[in-house]
Amino acid sequence: MRGFDETLLDEADETVRVRFVVNGRKVACEVAPRETLVDCLRDKLELTGTHAGCEMGACGACLVQIDGRAVHSCLMFAVQADGARIDTIEGLTESGAIADLQAEFHRRNALQCGFCTPGMLVNACELLSQVARPSREQIRDALSGNYCRCTGYEAIVDAIDAVAKARSAGGAR
Amino acid sequence: MTAPLTSLDRPNSYIGRSLPRPNAKRLLAGRGRYVSDLRLPRMLHAAFLRSPHAHAKIVSIKTDEARALEGVHLVATGADLATICTPWTGTLDHFKGMTSAPQLPLPLDRVVWAGQAVVAVVAENRATAEDALELIEVDYEDLPIVVDIDGAREADSPLVNPGSVSNVCFRSQLDSGAVDDAFAHAAHVVEEEFSFGRHTAVTLEPRAIVADYDPAAGMLTVHHGTQTPYQFQDLYSRHYGIPEARVRVIATDIGGSFGMKLHVYHEDMAVVGLSILLGRPVKYVADRIESFVSDIHARDHRVRARMALDAKGEILAMDVLDLTAIGAFSTYPRTSVVEGNQVVRLIGAPYRFRNYRATLEVIFQNKVQTSQYRAVGHPIACAVTERMVDMAAAKLGLDPFAIRAQNVIADDAYPQTSPTGYRFEALSHEACLKRLQEMMGYDGLRAEQAELRKRGIYRGIGIATFVEITNPSPAFYGVGGARISSQDGAIVSLTPSGEVRCLISVTEQGQGTEAIISQIVADQLGLAQEHVKVITGDTEVTPHGGATWACRGAGIGGETALQAARALKRNILEIAALILQEQPSALDIIDGDVVDAGTRNRRLPISEIARIVYFRSDTLPPGTQAQLTVSHHFAPQGYPFAFTNGIQGCSLEVDVDTGFIKLLKHFIVEDCGRVINPMLVDEQLRGGIVQGLGAALFEECRYSETGQLVNGSLADYLVPMPMEMPDIAIAHVDTPTADTELGAKGVGEAGTAAASACVLNAVNDALVPFGAAVNSIPITPARVLKALKRF
Repeated sequence: MRGFDETLLDEADETVRVRFVVNGRKVACEVAPRETLVDCLRDKLELTGTHAGCEMGACGACLVQIDGRAVHSCLMFAVQADGARIDTIEGLTESGAIADLQAEFHRRNALQCGFCTPGMLVNACELLSQVARPSREQIRDALSGNYCRCTGYEAIVDAIDAVAKARSAGGAR
Repeated sequence: MTAPLTSLDRPNSYIGRSLPRPNAKRLLAGRGRYVSDLRLPRMLHAAFLRSPHAHAKIVSIKTDEARALEGVHLVATGADLATICTPWTGTLDHFKGMTSAPQLPLPLDRVVWAGQAVVAVVAENRATAEDALELIEVDYEDLPIVVDIDGAREADSPLVNPGSVSNVCFRSQLDSGAVDDAFAHAAHVVEEEFSFGRHTAVTLEPRAIVADYDPAAGMLTVHHGTQTPYQFQDLYSRHYGIPEARVRVIATDIGGSFGMKLHVYHEDMAVVGLSILLGRPVKYVADRIESFVSDIHARDHRVRARMALDAKGEILAMDVLDLTAIGAFSTYPRTSVVEGNQVVRLIGAPYRFRNYRATLEVIFQNKVQTSQYRAVGHPIACAVTERMVDMAAAKLGLDPFAIRAQNVIADDAYPQTSPTGYRFEALSHEACLKRLQEMMGYDGLRAEQAELRKRGIYRGIGIATFVEITNPSPAFYGVGGARISSQDGAIVSLTPSGEVRCLISVTEQGQGTEAIISQIVADQLGLAQEHVKVITGDTEVTPHGGATWACRGAGIGGETALQAARALKRNILEIAALILQEQPSALDIIDGDVVDAGTRNRRLPISEIARIVYFRSDTLPPGTQAQLTVSHHFAPQGYPFAFTNGIQGCSLEVDVDTGFIKLLKHFIVEDCGRVINPMLVDEQLRGGIVQGLGAALFEECRYSETGQLVNGSLADYLVPMPMEMPDIAIAHVDTPTADTELGAKGVGEAGTAAASACVLNAVNDALVPFGAAVNSIPITPARVLKALKRF
């Protein structure tokens, strides 16, 4: 280390082995203690569908499911998720769990640049798992931590509303 | 040969149809490919040390410790990059007398705003690069700072640029004459001073760039989250001395842009230089605080305006002073004076009066640069004009709809030239006004307002007419010497299997460029939309063009695609005619088949023509050289701009105890000419309106007296979120431009143009019973309470 003062780095270069079940598969990786879960997912596991927008839990772009609940992956260190079941947009897509939401978002063009969309879908999935028939007001309230600069939100609310109605009518869920 | 554009019942008629975007499914599946996702072999990461001072001399920079840190590959200062990058200056020739200091990627000896990048570190990963930043010592010597408009204009003000005589970047005057006379003879005069806070684009994906210089090939490839790849190809080529053909800029998926990502940023230029110095790919993604302190800001205007009217409420004249404070530099290459220029030229635009005078003064200060962001100048011009019209209406006892109906340019009076020189081909203010009044249920809203006031509930109703600049010709930038194209190019091919590929210079930011281009090409050629593949955003493969800015994609890019598709169709039918021994004029293409034009009887599929041309040209008559690839360019001619118009309305409620404003419902009637995809147009309007509503109520970049941005995070800088935003009702009036076959005009900025004006008028309408008024944007609870003398 060319005479470099070790204390300057603190423990930044020390890594910890963590294990997750990501999108149904067992994964182990070496992470620095300071590495956030979103960086770990994007950089180490190449799951780039999860996005970093504000790095402080305000925008919702980084939402993933941890043990079935929507969590901000930018507010969590990767080491804190050790042992957890993590589902990202990639896994939710492959399992078909949000296929109806994705189809309705597409049909109504409830996205433009798409950067907020994975987080929106994770949150919409969470909402519909808690409330079968949310009102528009409840949908807007549930999305109040998901920032979208492009759409003006209305089509997103419409799409979630339509899926909630279709699911209720279908009785499948 | 070509059926009318609007007939939706003929086969393959896609123009005018609401269809989902074919390319959106990838984004929904988390398969977007944003520059921030990109990882290249041997890629390194850059981070920047930023100035903590708004204005200071750089005395010394110590980088030894940073250079010694394991994993650090390069530490570069201004001097290092100045050896390979030529400086740039953000002026344009048609803004006579404007000045701006030359800029370099990193400063040599002086910092001019808090947050300016000073030293770059390139390391194995971003975290290591940021560790190294902490090991750099920069010794600064404070210089006097300029952080407000009034201070900057004083004779003894400190100077942002010490060599200059004042802090004025640009001054201009417009005067159509007889303004003093009109005011002297006016029955009524209204007068007000307005202020518009700084705000910024806050794209969800921050600025992102990966520069990849290959010294062996002498080739620079830049993966850049931008709207305008060709502009950057030109700039990287010229400032780094690399032949244009060896610079490739690739703009893939981008997480929002809104005008913010088409300017030259110091960090982006630096990253290109860092890659050249290292011969390796270098990536930089701004984090959120970096975005707030280094993305361009917009607005920051103070406007004093007067309006003269006759006894009946006819507007006679306006007299305006617009002061706008930019940064320490004018932004390159589009400058920081376009917004002010558009403010003074768009004020009063919907109305008939002839006597207009305006002064614009653009002032330097020690903050990050301002420049073009969605609806450049429009929200300010619209808010000033529309608030004055409402003030005049109140003075004369006229209804807001009535005074506008009396004063807008009549729908049958076109063409018209505004007192500021804008030429309007055809607008539809009267039709839009009428439609909005019906759509809002205006009389019902007024009755409800009166009823609720009795119960101490204060609702406001506001309307705002607007004119939007779209489809710009070279009059916008080209005439000023900027190498920014106003034409577009397309290459359309029939592939060997009978599908169509269209490479086009307009770019996709999620607004649906690729969708509408495929609709136009499929419609004009006569095949199913899914058989048209559109490719955008790569200077190596798509022809040079303006790309996306100033609402030009549909109007200019769309016309380019239309003309290119028609040319390819002629070529296909020429070969079909040879094969079928017919005249080309007797044939048409429907659903991918060549048919008899008269009977529509199917003759042969175009895939068969492609097969013969590509693989059995020996069976064609001797001398036949089939051209199944067409390259076509289109430059707008006729009117210098295709102006659009519309009107917005809103209903809101003011809580007079807390100053909080609840938006209840928003309305817009808009005329963007031919609508190619109604669903996408409505999305543009809604998204644009919500950006305008954010500006109206929440968004402001707030600075301390020492020039520090104090709210640079998404917790402190408020953006519109779903809970606060209303549903938005939309209606259209269609006045196509006759300058193109397609007839489309732009629509991306219409929503933002008038939303804040509309809210300003509605809030003031709600405050009427208190004799209180607000004339500052954003309209924060504190400002409302201050107006009510309750704070």
